Amino acid sequence: MSIDATDRQIIAATQAGLPLVPQPYAAVAQELGLGESELCDRLRAMQKSGVIRRIAVAPNHYALGMLANGMSVWDIEDERIADLGPQVGALEFVSHSYERPRALPDWPYNLFAMVHGSDRDEVEAKRQEVATLLGAACRGSDILYSTRILKKTGLRLRSKEG
Amino acid sequence: MTLDATDRLILNHLQEGFPITPDPFHVVAQELGLDEADLLARLERMKTDRIITRFGPFFDAEAMGGAFCLCAMAVPEEDFEAVLTKVNARPEVAHNYERSHHLNMWFVLATETEEEIEAVAKSLERETGQRVLRFPKLREFFIRFRVAA
Repeated sequence: MSIDATDRQIIAATQAGLPLVPQPYAAVAQELGLGESELCDRLRAMQKSGVIRRIAVAPNHYALGMLANGMSVWDIEDERIADLGPQVGALEFVSHSYERPRALPDWPYNLFAMVHGSDRDEVEAKRQEVATLLGAACRGSDILYSTRILKKTGLRLRSKEG
Repeated sequence: MTLDATDRLILNHLQEGFPITPDPFHVVAQELGLDEADLLARLERMKTDRIITRFGPFFDAEAMGGAFCLCAMAVPEEDFEAVLTKVNARPEVAHNYERSHHLNMWFVLATETEEEIEAVAKSLERETGQRVLRFPKLREFFIRFRVAA
């Protein structure tokens, strides 16, 4: 998969979002001096290759009253994670869910899932729901709450052409 | 602001995806049984009120080239600020959170190549005298977030 300079221009022009107008792709295309159909073809190609995960809305958890979140972590039997991981990822209160390697002996957990709730108690209750879903395939779990943001920088798009 | 049932319907629907077609809002409005102008007005309002953080393409930084790795360290309380200064000084450190755990510092390294992830992690270990545990993403399960309808 490779993207060219025009794709990078498209990424730069849409990183902040699509305009809320009836023909958003035509508006972006005009801004870049491209045809609308070329822009759409390139967006489709990037979506197909995985450069674009999806075109969608990202709601603000805090504004929706989901004020608490915890990074729940689970030790799942290796042969069950392909089946159980997507079930955890599909839960309505889970926003991100990944399989990651264990770091034994310090860290036995291989499934990470961000759990959201209106407060800490709700997050704990939802953590129990995940535990119930995982059942005997889960050998242990923990939840980590963030106590301080130490650094937060956006991921910068490299300007070099790739 | 408060969200009504239609706002919630829109949020849930548009988290799943948005079509690449000349009149995408018209298509979505039809799917939801809404008027296109009403859909656009509601999106505009939710964006202004910061209910919507972003609306548009979500790019996979790894697919664009680049490497990312979640890392964690168990930093003794008395060394925390000194280690933090060293870790945060690296431009490769994108996010860093203190968390309630023995592993109390969690950050993301973002570099151009996998080799650089290793190099930065090892260099941080030398510099701080602490292990940097690496938790690269092996698999991602479907990411979304639904609003209670």
